[in-house]
Amino acid sequence: MNDATPARRLKINILRYNPRAEDSVPRVETFELEEAANMTLFMVLNEIRETLDPSLEFDFVCRAGICGSCAMMIDGRPGLACRTLTKDLADVISLAPLPVFELIADLSVNTGNWMRGMSERLATWIHANDASPDLDALESRMEPALAEEIYELERCIECGCCLAACGTAHMREDFVGAVGLNKLARFRLDPRDEREDDDYYELIGNDEGVFGCMSLLGCNDFCPKDLPLQTQIAFMRRKMLGAGLK
Amino acid sequence: MRTRVGRMKIIHTDVLVIGGGLAGLRAAIAAKRRGHEVITLSLVPPKRSHSAAAQGGMQASLANCIKGEGDNEDVHFEDTVRGSDWGADQRVVRMFVNTSPKAVRELAAWGVPWNRVRKGPRDVIINGERVEIVEKDEAHGLITARDFGGTKKWRTNYVSDGTGHSMLYAVSDQAIAASIPVHQRVEALSLIHEQGRCQGAIVRDLITGELRAYVARATCLATGGFGRIYRVSTNAVINEGIGAAIALETGIATLGNMEAVQFHPTAIFPAGILVTEGCRGDGGLLLDADGHRFMPDYEPEKKELASRDVVSRRMEQHIMAGKGVESRFGRHLWLDIRLLGRAHIEKNLREVKEICNYFLGVDPAEELIPVRPAQHYSMGGVRTDHNGQSPTLAGLFACGEAACWDLHGFNRLGGNSVAETVVAGMIVGESIADYCDSPASEICVDTARVRGFWKQEHDAIRSMLDGGGRESSVAILREMQDVMTDKVGIFRGPRRLEAAVDELRELLVRSRQIGVRTRSAGANPELVAAYRVRKMLKIALCVAYGALQRTESRGAHYREDYPRRDDRDWLKRTLATWPDEDQQLPSLSYEDLDVMSMELPPGWRGYGERDHLEHPDTPQRLAEIERVDEAHSGADRFQRQEALMPFRHLLPERYAGRNERLGEDTQ
Repeated sequence: MNDATPARRLKINILRYNPRAEDSVPRVETFELEEAANMTLFMVLNEIRETLDPSLEFDFVCRAGICGSCAMMIDGRPGLACRTLTKDLADVISLAPLPVFELIADLSVNTGNWMRGMSERLATWIHANDASPDLDALESRMEPALAEEIYELERCIECGCCLAACGTAHMREDFVGAVGLNKLARFRLDPRDEREDDDYYELIGNDEGVFGCMSLLGCNDFCPKDLPLQTQIAFMRRKMLGAGLK
Repeated sequence: MRTRVGRMKIIHTDVLVIGGGLAGLRAAIAAKRRGHEVITLSLVPPKRSHSAAAQGGMQASLANCIKGEGDNEDVHFEDTVRGSDWGADQRVVRMFVNTSPKAVRELAAWGVPWNRVRKGPRDVIINGERVEIVEKDEAHGLITARDFGGTKKWRTNYVSDGTGHSMLYAVSDQAIAASIPVHQRVEALSLIHEQGRCQGAIVRDLITGELRAYVARATCLATGGFGRIYRVSTNAVINEGIGAAIALETGIATLGNMEAVQFHPTAIFPAGILVTEGCRGDGGLLLDADGHRFMPDYEPEKKELASRDVVSRRMEQHIMAGKGVESRFGRHLWLDIRLLGRAHIEKNLREVKEICNYFLGVDPAEELIPVRPAQHYSMGGVRTDHNGQSPTLAGLFACGEAACWDLHGFNRLGGNSVAETVVAGMIVGESIADYCDSPASEICVDTARVRGFWKQEHDAIRSMLDGGGRESSVAILREMQDVMTDKVGIFRGPRRLEAAVDELRELLVRSRQIGVRTRSAGANPELVAAYRVRKMLKIALCVAYGALQRTESRGAHYREDYPRRDDRDWLKRTLATWPDEDQQLPSLSYEDLDVMSMELPPGWRGYGERDHLEHPDTPQRLAEIERVDEAHSGADRFQRQEALMPFRHLLPERYAGRNERLGEDTQ
């Protein structure tokens, strides 16, 4: 947008509902505002809250695409609101909370509880025999390329977009989703974790785990961090099949 | 564990940790491993804490990479003290530099995929030139480091530019493994205390609006910094200083050095989102409107890699000299990382690349990045002793950015904050466990007293909802942020500071009349903004009033009318309290730093302004150190250090050992 073109009027349709307020009913409310240069949905929603409706609920923390707080349905597709620019959207924009997760109110959902539950269930931490290593000694060595490979899978920010885009997650409440499968792929790759495929099979060798995936791959399409979810799920399925047939 | 007393729910625990970022979680893990019950409170899901935004890395003197050769605790110590402009507590710095390598190694065992040394030759950019360095065969596979500002060695260990993210996920997963409950989306509104003894907190559930009391033998604030009192800040939107404010509101706990506020040189312009110091550490340059690399003109020694306070000041000075780039949002400078090459950027600076792509539409491998300094870090915070406990309010601990421990003095080095979070969590967590093991931690809980604190918060919320106040929290917040950014920024003058204090006082008075239109007792962002802004104004007043009173320049605090560092009159820490709710200004007092016990007496930092007013004890201490050096000629570095400023007795035993390094005999 340059100074010569008149600013667009944006119409923002927001699905609103507070399940804890007795008088609240699900509804779509429309807010109008003038587009600004480099405007993001973070700026849009804050402007609405500051000038039009102070009760509007939404979540932002880092506002830089790092923390994963602000995932929502943007024109029907899951994405991070903080780094979505209005110039890439039409004059009418529709916003709705992520499905799958418990609704707090309006655009705010409880991803935190879901992710904690998933972590407890899948034991998403390094399982090492030596729980208290000698901290004064030189660290164990690792091949530089392997460390980089692990980081590739560790970039997940638990935003929930993969679940919102997942066919299985919509039908099966207990599906661990691409987020869970990718985490175990990450620990499986890490030589510091002493779990074997048989251990992972116990966690995800079922329909709530890797065999629940229908390969629709919305997760892969909408991951804001471009994680290689398609290959990781396929890889884990092959390994779990091997472990299951043993 | 849960009991009901009327409508007030009380939750009992041994240890209450307020804050679910790296510092709080690491302290919680320490206390839990020592057998104490711990509950952690967090405003947001803990993995969304601002710790995740630490990009560039964590300083620890592992000395594995070739440009880190010869590094050790002594060098890290000196860099940190010089960086602090001699404001730091040097014993705390020693405790920190000794523990930091252990923290990196512990995190490695917990799964952090630190980047590793690859043996053989590689190309790097140093001072704008491509040069070849050769990594040692014997270092292959050990943890590597990059260069950062204000350091003599390459000491910043990293995971691409997602270091904080990897650290936070590893530590958070360890907290889950230890079955530490994290109560998410709750906010502490006040501390419960009686006769100088902290007993827990009154806490609001941000989803249901329920107000609960948490009663604990030890309470630890790990709530991060207060950057959001400024309009332009790299901080997450949750960094509003509420933790420091509730400590202040006890009237007993003290806040240290609140005027010491860091501005980071490279926030993207105008959004204020951080791009890491690793950009410059890896060889990036700062350019002006003419495409000229100006930092060597001001800082021939360290150039772009002087400390952050110095680089930010030079950038603003250069803009004031008319060399800024004009844009519709104001003036800025350029960060140039094109010379690092696309492969390096896509591997080691990928968050930077994403941020530039999404927020600026810029490809940093091909184009320049518009940057200007923005508020970034709070050196000040809840004043603690070396154990992390408040010297005035027993049972209250603090660690990480929320604390003034005081590791950073008046300027923090890049890479020392995310390091401080885990190191302080380790040390303070042990000290909390020691405290809970001692009779001093026993409390006699008076539920009528607890109810008094609960009722005070309950009534305050009711009066905001029903009191018919006419003031808007949004308007007051914006005015406060404008005052702070315009008048209490990088360059501080007496008239602007006086005006700032006056305007903030008026806002504080107005904030007592805030009304809330949204009636919901549960999730209610308008109510949250209303009670927070009152607390933020007190923090802002501590910063502005402390800055007005400090008539010298030290680290990030720069007074145009007193441009010299004044060790004679100002080698002291500012302490702020707020004993009476009706006060409009904090009460300030000062705590002297003792030159005679310093390992490194005040001098020139090695960059920045050269002249300062000397403290009268400095020559005497320097002579003493010379005598110690003579007496220890031939002794190893540990013996010399021990003779100058013993510190190991202050550390928990498990962290007091010497750190093994390649090629150094530490036994």
